[in-house]
Amino acid sequence: MTRSVSSGPSRTLPQYGALAAVLLANWLLFPDFFSIRLQDGRLFGSLIDVLNRGAPVALLAIGMTMVIATRGVDLSVGAVMAISGAVAATLTQAGWGLTPVLAASLGAGLLCGLWNGLLVAVLRIQPIIATLILMVAGRGIAQLVTEGQIVTFTSPDLAFIGSGSFLTVPMPVVITAVLLGVTALLVRMTALGLMIEAVGVNRLSSAGAGVNTPVVLIAVYVWCGLCAAVAGLVVAADIRGADANNAGLWLELDAILAVVVGGTSLLGGRFGLLLSVVGALILQAMNTGILLSGFKPEFNLIVKAGVLMIVLLLQSPTLTLFLPRPARPRPVQPPAPSRAKPESPSPSAGA
Amino acid sequence: MIHRFLPLLVTSAVLVVGFLLCAAQFPAFASLRVVGNLLTDNAFLGITAVGMTFVILSGGIDLSVGAVIGFTTVLLAVLIEQGGWHPFSAFAVALAVAGGFGAAMGAVIHVFQMPPFIVTLAGMFVARGLGFVLSTDSIPINHPLYAEMGDMALRFDGGGKLTLPALLMLGVVAAAVVCAHWTRFGANLYALGGNRQSAELMGVPVGRTTVAVYALSGLLAGLAGIVFSLYTGAGYSLAATGVELDTITAVVIGGTQLTGGYGYVIGTFIGVLIQGLIQTYITFDGSLSSWWTKIAIGVLLFVFILLQKGLLAVWTGRGGAPAEA
Repeated sequence: MTRSVSSGPSRTLPQYGALAAVLLANWLLFPDFFSIRLQDGRLFGSLIDVLNRGAPVALLAIGMTMVIATRGVDLSVGAVMAISGAVAATLTQAGWGLTPVLAASLGAGLLCGLWNGLLVAVLRIQPIIATLILMVAGRGIAQLVTEGQIVTFTSPDLAFIGSGSFLTVPMPVVITAVLLGVTALLVRMTALGLMIEAVGVNRLSSAGAGVNTPVVLIAVYVWCGLCAAVAGLVVAADIRGADANNAGLWLELDAILAVVVGGTSLLGGRFGLLLSVVGALILQAMNTGILLSGFKPEFNLIVKAGVLMIVLLLQSPTLTLFLPRPARPRPVQPPAPSRAKPESPSPSAGA
Repeated sequence: MIHRFLPLLVTSAVLVVGFLLCAAQFPAFASLRVVGNLLTDNAFLGITAVGMTFVILSGGIDLSVGAVIGFTTVLLAVLIEQGGWHPFSAFAVALAVAGGFGAAMGAVIHVFQMPPFIVTLAGMFVARGLGFVLSTDSIPINHPLYAEMGDMALRFDGGGKLTLPALLMLGVVAAAVVCAHWTRFGANLYALGGNRQSAELMGVPVGRTTVAVYALSGLLAGLAGIVFSLYTGAGYSLAATGVELDTITAVVIGGTQLTGGYGYVIGTFIGVLIQGLIQTYITFDGSLSSWWTKIAIGVLLFVFILLQKGLLAVWTGRGGAPAEA
């Protein structure tokens, strides 16, 4: 991370170590794994493939990280991807130019994010439930836009976003890097990142300390909607079409998984944007490794679950009691107020 | 007092008014046949939703139910068709596996103090993955007993019938109502969901209750898997994708607070019927496209959440009570 406040080497090591280990395992299974060649002005190779295929989940993970840092979650990102892809494909087919198409589809994502943000910040609905509404209805809206068809288009301009390349690097990778950079600048060069973490640790106290919590929350969900719309554009542009039923299906879970693997706690607070992207790449590298090694892709889900459990166990308050602590302890959770989610572990709840 | 039952009353009113509107538009709607089909088609959803209600009452959530249904159907198909097992022994094994799976998740949630959301998400991956490992194909189940059980039904005049899945669902709902309101386990559940710390101080066995509630949810998902395989006559690892969300939606529409501690099993049952009603209406209409189901359910979900929020604000006497974000 460019300037993250508290990401000492002890905290970031597991993620980079895991990525290195997965890449190494891939290399052992498949000696050509690191070979990269230049062809038709674009880089090719398994490593590039991992970056390219991991881009949609990495894009989602950028927005999701900040939502989770506010102690929320956004289940609707997959549906928002479907909406933005559907809007882009339908308008392109109707003969619109690239700029208005991009504006409309990103605008749709922003609107979705605004809706989620208003529900969470103003109506104070639990994030899981607030975003569940759009998760259920969003796919219906996307199908409404495409009228239930798989809309395909031939515009090379829009397809460039998914399959083109910039300075030999595939466009999805470039887009992810740019969005990561912009987001990191926004949250780390301003007080925004600190406010997001403050809201995640304790919404009432941060409001008391003068943080405009509704605005911070809405901004975070809007940004998450934008990231999802970009991911939807990349996927739609890659396959040159929009499938409202399947675009982004279950990717919200992959994005949450990437954030958790990246070490951001689901209980809110401290977050690492780059680490979440690394988390997405770890997942994609494992996926590629399973495919390359000739294992059945069926094992992919079980391996994913295994990784998730290991990461969670390492973060578990019970288990960490038995492990030597680094110098800087995690902030202790405050005692759960009434009607608090039961998952907030209270210090006295040592059963 | 009326406040306590208001969400339930509103949900019931929506079902009754919705049914009357449908019947007014399509006279054939108000028949025992349609009602019987409504119960049969949503039997697996209803059974799963009962388990989900218990989990949500205890303040948790279970995202693995759809995957457990899918896994159960594949396990049954493999045991019966490829292993040559008798369906009843296969049922017993499937229920034991599903219940054990739920209990394991409950144990992890309790012992390691992890958020149920993410633990059951991992459970969802595991169950789907195991289903894929068993078979990626849809395996038809041709055992004669399956056909026989498919035909079993209480028949009424006018073509109406209560099939075995529908009867099973009604039985599960009835048993769950008794369990939630007239047993110690039910009382513990409400206490745990209302306030975990208070429950612990009052001597509620938090660990045992947590494990039991996830075991029950797994067991009911396994039973729903059996019903689903009876209904479709096949086992498929991709079966019942997204059912976890349909059940959560039914629970919310049924008036249960997602923060736990408040709600009724019977409300969930009505929530399932409302979802089924929307689908049946769209089938009857014929000109409406299937995606309107999703949009309508999304709108309903939104309206019911707003209603809950409004009621909560009235109860606590504070404008927009800040339920833990």
